[in-house]
Amino acid sequence: MTNTIGDIEDADVILVTGSNTTENHPVLSTFVKRAVKFKGARLILVDPRKIGMAEFAHVWLRQNLGTDVAWLNGMMHVILKEGLYNKSFVEERTKGFEELKKTVEQYPPERVEAISGIPAEDLKEAARLYATAKKASILYCMGITQHITGTDNVKSLANLAMLCGHLGREGTGVNPLRGQNNVQGACDMGGLPNVYTGYQPVADLAVAKKMETAWGVTGLSTRPGLTVTQMMPAAHEGKLKALYIIGENPLVSDPDLNHLKKCLEQLEFLVVQDLFLTETARLAHVVLPSCCFAEKEGTFTNTERRVQRVRKAVDPPGEAKDDWRILCDLATRMGYAMTYGSPQEIMEEIARVTPSYGGITYDRIDDVGLHWPCPNPEHPGTPILHREQFTSGRGKFHAIDYLPPAEAADAEYPLYLTTGRVLYHYHTGTMTMRSKGLNERIPGCFVEIAPEDAEKYGVQDGDAVKIRSRRGQIQAAVKVSPKAVVGTIFIPFHFAQAAANTLTHAALDPVSKIPEFKVCAVRLERAA
Amino acid sequence: MDAKPTLTLDGNTFSFDPGETILEVARRNAIDIPTLCHLKRATPTGACRICVVEVEGARTLLASCATPAADKMVVHTESKKVVQARRAILQLMLSSGNHNCAVRGADDQDWTAFQLKVQQEDRATALCPVWGDCKLQDLAYRYQVSGERFPAEASRYPTETVNPFIVRDFSRCILCGRCVQACNDVQVNHAINFGYRGSETKIVASGDRLLKDSNCVFCGECVQACPVGALVEKDVRYHHRPWEMRKVRTTCTYCGVGCQLYLHVKENRVVKITGVQDVPPNHGSLCVKGRFGFDFIASEDRLKKPLIKENGAFREATWEEALGRIAENLKEIQTRHGADSIGVLTSARITNEENYVAQKFTRAVLKTNNIDHCARL
Repeated sequence: MTNTIGDIEDADVILVTGSNTTENHPVLSTFVKRAVKFKGARLILVDPRKIGMAEFAHVWLRQNLGTDVAWLNGMMHVILKEGLYNKSFVEERTKGFEELKKTVEQYPPERVEAISGIPAEDLKEAARLYATAKKASILYCMGITQHITGTDNVKSLANLAMLCGHLGREGTGVNPLRGQNNVQGACDMGGLPNVYTGYQPVADLAVAKKMETAWGVTGLSTRPGLTVTQMMPAAHEGKLKALYIIGENPLVSDPDLNHLKKCLEQLEFLVVQDLFLTETARLAHVVLPSCCFAEKEGTFTNTERRVQRVRKAVDPPGEAKDDWRILCDLATRMGYAMTYGSPQEIMEEIARVTPSYGGITYDRIDDVGLHWPCPNPEHPGTPILHREQFTSGRGKFHAIDYLPPAEAADAEYPLYLTTGRVLYHYHTGTMTMRSKGLNERIPGCFVEIAPEDAEKYGVQDGDAVKIRSRRGQIQAAVKVSPKAVVGTIFIPFHFAQAAANTLTHAALDPVSKIPEFKVCAVRLERAA
Repeated sequence: MDAKPTLTLDGNTFSFDPGETILEVARRNAIDIPTLCHLKRATPTGACRICVVEVEGARTLLASCATPAADKMVVHTESKKVVQARRAILQLMLSSGNHNCAVRGADDQDWTAFQLKVQQEDRATALCPVWGDCKLQDLAYRYQVSGERFPAEASRYPTETVNPFIVRDFSRCILCGRCVQACNDVQVNHAINFGYRGSETKIVASGDRLLKDSNCVFCGECVQACPVGALVEKDVRYHHRPWEMRKVRTTCTYCGVGCQLYLHVKENRVVKITGVQDVPPNHGSLCVKGRFGFDFIASEDRLKKPLIKENGAFREATWEEALGRIAENLKEIQTRHGADSIGVLTSARITNEENYVAQKFTRAVLKTNNIDHCARL
């Protein structure tokens, strides 16, 4: 997030899109709800489903799946045409405005209505609300990023915020909501194929030299590696021979599972380190037992870039070990001694080699965490990014055209499928499905379907149906719900027994390599 | 610049910012005015009146949580009149329900009969389930009140236990309304509110339904807010007492909000989770997963030993053997097919320190940048 969670409550207008906030970030959603209910904030919701947030929205735009660039360009079209943009912000802090202008000119609300299904008048109202607010905050999540145009979608949100000058101040910003406890930290720590910690590029020779000195090694590769969505095809082609998986369960979480299983089976050697014998672990050659959050010391970095402590409360079961200890033991065994005494010692090394974490110490974050960038021990942390200027100086507008999703509904697969999570479960369910109360609330997979579609297909709540896509099929129970839009069904992806990702499409965003989980074409039939 | 306005609390003068309540000024200066219904982050209601203070010149005692401080105001927080009023309020509260802790006296009545009645209604043999963790009990001690008059009849509304998370025990509810504010003003879930009137008043969910059939999303904010034993975690009630547990502060393991929470530990088991009040980002709030989704920690399914697959089946192995096997295979593949034939998926679930070690291992030992995690999924 460019801003903090607490900041949301200070916004005059909040634009939520592609985030089922009340179910996926329940505590964060309370900030939005309080802003609306008690502080007079206006909420613009752009989401294809009638999610819980809709109850609080002043304007709810229901776009067709995968048409985000179109409605965002349409909003900017209206803002420019009506002269509502922030001229001084655009002049002083951005570049590329003319190109953006030329592109968004092509998106009058009437054309956007034809593409997105959003009524032109509603779009205009939303555009005016956002542009004329003193402070407007954008919150988004995987509904924006899990498309082949995910990067374009995010850039379009940034365009909108820059155009209206809603960045760098309290109550503003472009705020992605991170879905997993330490997905921010995993990125910050260089758990990515192209960067070391703090986003220092692996291709930068000076950075490589610095890390070689810090680590006492030579020959660090300057060639960016493969993303997870590239590793799987590489395994299938026999280029990737071994894979070491820590605390992940791609056999439920990744797209096109039937194909993925074949990829993993091609590997010569698969190691899985996890809490449980997951679907993925069953395919492994060696499985290692690791500790869960309650059994270890360390830090997580949350969605607002706040580095916070994790503390040990209980002993791990059996011989389970901390993930860091396992990796250190293995490294030492392979000829490179990694001998840290504690996670605190590791954090000291992180601070030494990572400019944005330079001032983070366990002492400083003992009670309240710090927001990176925090370059030195005196620095108070940075709750709000881009206050004076953008990281690269001026913020660049990206002129972006709308592209349709990779797969369209047709005669054979006439329905759209979109996927996500539910309140009571988390990701692939390895933890939540072992908590009896949560299971009691949502015991299994379901297919959320609009009342009109239910009537058309002659199905009722609880009926078993088969959902088929070009890649596979699953069976689940019908849940007729006003949340669903006509022509689009929703299936939560948590459940291995009826894994929605058997159906999803592995088409990737060309830049982020994120799969298009949010759109694919399916067919629904009654199960025999 | 004008000097800040001041007021006098128990003989000492303090400055305040306009808009601050008497309670806020007192708390800021470590003067302990007791509260029951007052809930931070919600509009004060002044409903329970336990926080009353004597303000010179005022006709009646004033609820300090709802009275703004005024310049030159002279306030007494523990005067005789104040103490008398608090004792009367506590007396009424204690005698209004099944408050069967040791403070509950009997005087001319039969203490044993009362305990037996409550225990029968509760189907329990122990004293009140929040014994030692109850604001009413604390205040009764502080003001030496014992609650003599108790109703002979059974409680008006039966205890609700038919959901997996929360027991609603109306017999111990003092109708302070903290749960209603927690639900409507803090979490804004609009699941519960006051229902019925007068002596029939009850906290109801979506027009007096069972919680499981209402709008309730089981965030448990109400349980954390309840000052007495009316709302208690189902798995904690009569199973775990506060003095048996120690608290460890940590960060939640579910979504990316990073809620600060306390793990309550008994005999090497997490048995309860609460939010840490007054610190960002969550200021005490949690969701159903964060508060109730912890069974997995002590699950029987947890992996306890390294496993090696042989002839298609796993067998247990020592760490020595498992790590040896991995080192050998990775080295061999590295030599045969090159560094980039190996990949590592690190995790958005593990700590920063572990992610750091994972990428260092990948880059410095395996000599490849093939490392990623599920940020994209």
